[in-house]
Amino acid sequence: MTQYILRRVLIAIPTILVISFVIFAILALAPGDPLAQFALNPAIPESTRERIRASLGLDQPWPVRYVKWVSSVSRGDWGISFNTKAPVLDLVWQRLPQTLQVVGLAYLIAILLAIPIGIISAVKQYSFFDQIGTIFSFIGFSVPSFFTGLVLILLFAVNLKWFPIVYKTVDGSGWAGFGEQIRQMFLPVTVLVVQQTAALTRFMRSSMLDNLSLDYVRTARAKGLKDQTVVLRHVLSNSLIPVVTLVALGIPTIFAGAIVTENLFRVNGLGALLITSIQNSDTPVVMALTFIFAILTVIFNLIADIMYGLLDPRVRFS
Amino acid sequence: MTHKRLWTWLVLMVTAATLLAACGGAPAQTPPTAAPAAAATEAPAAATEAPAAATEAPAAATEAPAAAATEAPAAATAGGKLTILYWQSVTILNPHLASGTKDFDGATVILEPLAHRNDKDELVPALAEEIPTVENGGIAADGTSITWKLKQGVKWSDGSDFTADDVIFTWQYCADEATACTTSSYFTPVKSVEAIDPYTVKVTWNAPSANPYLTFVSYNGLILQKAQFEKCVGAASISDAACQAANLAPIGTNAYKLKDFKPGDTVLYDKNPEYRDAANTFFDEVEIKGGGDAASAAQAVCQTGEVDYSWNLQVPAAVLSPILESGQCDAVTASSSGIERIVVNFANPDPALGDKRSEPDQPHPFLTDPAVRQAINIAIDRKAIATNLYGPTGEATCNTVMAPAQVVSPNTKCDRDVEAAKKLLDDAGYVLNGSVREKNGIPLVVSFQTSINTLRQGEQAIIKSNLAEIGIQVNIKAIDAGVFFGGDTGNPDTLNKFYADLQMYTNSPSDTDPQGYFEGWTCAKVNSSANQWQGGNDGRYCSAEYDALFEQFSKELDPAKRNELAIALNDQIVKDNGIIPLINRFTPNAKAKTLDGPVGTTFDSGLWNIHTWKRVP
Repeated sequence: MTQYILRRVLIAIPTILVISFVIFAILALAPGDPLAQFALNPAIPESTRERIRASLGLDQPWPVRYVKWVSSVSRGDWGISFNTKAPVLDLVWQRLPQTLQVVGLAYLIAILLAIPIGIISAVKQYSFFDQIGTIFSFIGFSVPSFFTGLVLILLFAVNLKWFPIVYKTVDGSGWAGFGEQIRQMFLPVTVLVVQQTAALTRFMRSSMLDNLSLDYVRTARAKGLKDQTVVLRHVLSNSLIPVVTLVALGIPTIFAGAIVTENLFRVNGLGALLITSIQNSDTPVVMALTFIFAILTVIFNLIADIMYGLLDPRVRFS
Repeated sequence: MTHKRLWTWLVLMVTAATLLAACGGAPAQTPPTAAPAAAATEAPAAATEAPAAATEAPAAATEAPAAAATEAPAAATAGGKLTILYWQSVTILNPHLASGTKDFDGATVILEPLAHRNDKDELVPALAEEIPTVENGGIAADGTSITWKLKQGVKWSDGSDFTADDVIFTWQYCADEATACTTSSYFTPVKSVEAIDPYTVKVTWNAPSANPYLTFVSYNGLILQKAQFEKCVGAASISDAACQAANLAPIGTNAYKLKDFKPGDTVLYDKNPEYRDAANTFFDEVEIKGGGDAASAAQAVCQTGEVDYSWNLQVPAAVLSPILESGQCDAVTASSSGIERIVVNFANPDPALGDKRSEPDQPHPFLTDPAVRQAINIAIDRKAIATNLYGPTGEATCNTVMAPAQVVSPNTKCDRDVEAAKKLLDDAGYVLNGSVREKNGIPLVVSFQTSINTLRQGEQAIIKSNLAEIGIQVNIKAIDAGVFFGGDTGNPDTLNKFYADLQMYTNSPSDTDPQGYFEGWTCAKVNSSANQWQGGNDGRYCSAEYDALFEQFSKELDPAKRNELAIALNDQIVKDNGIIPLINRFTPNAKAKTLDGPVGTTFDSGLWNIHTWKRVP
């Protein structure tokens, strides 16, 4: 087991290096200019822009920049953002709490909703509840979050004025601050929950259905076990194995933020940071974020594999 | 048992469905119930804003008038928080290292220049005691220097005194090329800045200057504190940790000082107790929140009332007009924030030419013919573009400059006249062959490029149909804005290379003095591979008459004569159809009706007078 983990970690290192190289190359070769906003301004001529680019180290060819980047990251220095002219990690740390609060909470709620809905839908297959559940999950699947978000904004913020559309980084002191935080989190969390519940519900349902028709279930029923015990104890625990893997693999996406939703509601999370940095060609920030996502994805893949082995004794590591 | 559960669920679902239906129906019913009388009585319910049941929906909808009514008594007393929303977010507060307008605006709340420019483009003293002129002896008659008298007793927010040293330091900071100031072109014409006494500074120019108010004015001339930035000159400006921190938290002299800054998200300011007129500072706190999109930023001021002021609402008229008409807000517009124009390529962009493509020595086969350019000019329906696409955010224009007022030409005309356009082309020998005209076997087919943007694609469609009417076929191309406006010399789709026949974008002078702007049409500035397409004259327009006028303009020091020459330059380029101006754009900002103070400015930050902003009933 230890050997297996060690081997996986060692394989991960070149994987991550290759990922970082590919991202850096794409960013370097993609068109874009951190000073594009000033492109037409006669007061900021090309010579000034050239000097600013040089001060940011952009005058060197990109392979050189990549080697410099790798060597400074290996020393723990993630560089400075072109926009804030301050360390990239400071920005990431500032954004992380909002993303964990909004996207993380939505993920948690989605799991808590999806598992029971999936179980009921499977046990009472083709029942009224199952039909409704199916309809809602297909709506959640097929309607993009920018649409759900806009509908919710129009209905609950513009017309009813129950919730704000501008997410603010409140201090959150006391109950008033807490209440305000809940209020402003409501719409973005709802949008994300709708989307994530849909996928997980379908997965949970089909996994339950696979197990319900198996011989061991019939045996358990024949033994005279209560319906509840059969479903919750035997079928559920077996059906959860693939779902747990899926949930573990989904955790890195929390850290990636929800780009569209965060942007729509102005949640200052990592997703919003990523998209504005891409738009402004702020390479160091984009590199840091994507690199962190890559590491998290590799780690959680490993965790998912290990968990699979722990939950399912038939799987053995070699 | 299973049947029992099924029934429980059924009942639950039906209840949920009813509730949902009730919620969904609520907004439709609200307008008739939102009577003014109800507003007063329901005020307490609305104030608590309880997101309770569907029955409360009508009460919540009346909240707008109620909120306005309850805020009225509070408006008389100062205090509270001013909330500003930008759809781009402030990322740095040192204006000289800014990467966008939003950064200049964020810094303007803290820092001050010697003088601001107001909504009429006039100078208003900020840190200066008075505006130097030739009459009061502040400006040398030969144009070699300007002497500013500074306000005395001004203190930085840390309690230290503001003196001439800080002004000199700001020049030294940006004059050092290694600092890589965004604003460096405002400091490079300066030969020296000297302190005559602690409250008088003399700026000497490298050459006699026709624009003495170039330096230390508006958001480009915000004064930094010497004590804070002393060690940050040169490369240290962004590499040193202390300087990185200073760039995010400058000490200033304005009415507000920094409280908290989350780069790329929120800037929070509070009252600066050291401000010279601190007793009259209205708000306790100012917040600038960034992010999102322009349309919902407008909604946040005009419909939900969450914020007081929202910046740069570049939104199509069809979306913006209903939002602005909701009655809770006013649009704040400047006289001009740029001229949307079509640039005509005088060089031949034919791909068959290879490396010689769009080079100035390859004349365009038909766009060099004045008749064709004039026909295009008068065939375009500017009014349709203005009313259908721009609405409150733009109006038709024939000029290349619409601000400041003294250089706006009254002489130009560009009324639509399709018949005259056809006649021009007929007379010049372009005859219809099917639906497209041709001459000497060359058909009038033009490629027309611009950036990807809903508004611009709408304009392209109108212009395409306008030109089809006179027998010119237009092939439309839209390019990602990052590429089109980007400076990448390796990319063929930049506006600088201009590998098309026509292209469209917005530009305007960056200063009240349009010299740099007009220089962009001189022969010396023509873009070519030799200057890496960075000259600035993307259309490759080159006219001896225009160059002679510009030569005269750049040497003239008398303001009145300069204005006349600026108008002559404008008329020349418009007469030649070197560019075809379309729309004078206003980028409206929106302010809540309860906020007093914001005015539209063209050459300074929209927040330049934030120290006077206050709440009104």
